[in-house]
Amino acid sequence: MATSDDTDRPSLLRRLFPHPLLTILLVIVWLVIANSFTLNSLVLGTILGILIPFFTYPYWPNVPTGFRAGKMIAYIGLVIWDIIVANIAVAWIVMTKRNADMRSTWVTIPLDLRKPEAITVLAGTITLTPGTVSADLSDEGHSLLVHALDAESPEAVRYEIKERYERRLKEIFE
Amino acid sequence: MSTVLEILTAVTLIIGAIFTLVGSYGLLKLDDPMKRLHAPTKAGTLGVGALITASILHSFATGGNSVHEVLIVAFLFVTAPISAHFISKVNIHRKRCETPPPPPEDTSWATLGPSDGPAS
Repeated sequence: MATSDDTDRPSLLRRLFPHPLLTILLVIVWLVIANSFTLNSLVLGTILGILIPFFTYPYWPNVPTGFRAGKMIAYIGLVIWDIIVANIAVAWIVMTKRNADMRSTWVTIPLDLRKPEAITVLAGTITLTPGTVSADLSDEGHSLLVHALDAESPEAVRYEIKERYERRLKEIFE
Repeated sequence: MSTVLEILTAVTLIIGAIFTLVGSYGLLKLDDPMKRLHAPTKAGTLGVGALITASILHSFATGGNSVHEVLIVAFLFVTAPISAHFISKVNIHRKRCETPPPPPEDTSWATLGPSDGPAS
């Protein structure tokens, strides 16, 4: 409804669609909630997908820029695979190891990520992967505290998180 | 086709049940509050994930074709780390666990605050 006469004025288009990715996400979520791919739900979902970002725009002063959605999908696939593998490993540890034999330890991770969204996704990934829980952030937000259930050494956990997740998130967000 | 789906439904149901059981067992068995936090992450990820997959497969086997269960997993994956983060912050704050080592950068962890100055 707002596309035909606005395409030649990008500033107005930007104001009407402040978050294009959020619009797409809202349409998809609405279609999945409606649980049917019909024209009805597509139209209503599109209306909501346009109106919600438009009216909530004042509450999002800093729009995240440079987000790479394609790499994010690959990252989600990697995390789901890691969740399955780590689940089996941790289930084995819980069932077979005695409490006294578990080498549970704190791991401190200096962060290269600076964007709050990226740090949030990293902390969420760490918690979702069984065996590690992100416990706290330093006061200025430059280090992350992680608790590991059973780790060879804090260095190994730190290296794996930095190499496997943080490096990829840096490519996605920054 | 529907027989294959039914077998897959049964398999995913059993996988989900096993991981939920292991998660509950871990909650009972582990001795330290921080260690105990690791047990529900299993029930919350693969446990719920497999049970939801079973529900989706069942709906396809019976012709219901529903996928809105995916949203349960999506919302759970977004919210579960936040509650785990808060629980561990409470553990650190109330000194129920080993005090963590100081951060490699910055002065202190957000929960502990400055160790020598007045706590604010």
